Amino acid sequence: MPYDPMMVQPMREELTRAGVQELRNASDVDAFMQNKSGTAMIVVNSVCGCAAGQARPGVRLALQGEIKPDRVATVFAGQDLDATAKARTYFAQVPPSSPSIALFKDGEVVHFVPRHMIEGRDALSLANHLSEAFQKYCTPATSR
Amino acid sequence: MGTFHHDKHALHGITVVVDTTGSRVFIGRCDDWNDNGVILLDADEHEDGTGGRSKQDYIAQAAKFGIWKKHDRVVVPGADVASVTRLGDIATL
Repeated sequence: MPYDPMMVQPMREELTRAGVQELRNASDVDAFMQNKSGTAMIVVNSVCGCAAGQARPGVRLALQGEIKPDRVATVFAGQDLDATAKARTYFAQVPPSSPSIALFKDGEVVHFVPRHMIEGRDALSLANHLSEAFQKYCTPATSR
Repeated sequence: MGTFHHDKHALHGITVVVDTTGSRVFIGRCDDWNDNGVILLDADEHEDGTGGRSKQDYIAQAAKFGIWKKHDRVVVPGADVASVTRLGDIATL
């Protein structure tokens, strides 16, 4: 059963305030994924304190870097059920978990961070990990 | 910010590998660890040698991407538990 929307709202805003586009339904997800050129990232958000509580600030930190995905979006597991289910069809080869993070290049998943790699780690560790993936797969904004 | 459950074991919410003294190994999200054993949610299990995979092969694969759950809830009796390890400690971030 979804949590109280009022309780969840700050967890949504923690990402949207960093410029992450929120996808609330399946159509939003398809529209976001329709553009297959370049790099995109989808963050599967969650209310889980022991993992998502570090995932959100980790994502925010990583996005402050010079090199980052062209487009970044989020779905909220346990809240926006259709959007989350649709998003997972784009990385159906990996078991579902939340929070988790999928990085795409030209429409293909090139990097995935499942929940168990976020649990118990601090935001900086996750940010560093994401930044390494960004440097491997993304293009600096200045050269786009 | 998030939801926390301070009345549970310290591993509550963490994905763990529960190896048994027998041939089975379980991976799931730890709900609690108490006198009844280790309680796992959204868990998978593997029998040593099934599909040509050892316990170690199975754990190594799970450490990369996670597990496909077979059980909503599993209780591994304490007497059967050989070890409990965070899956994230096996995976390399």
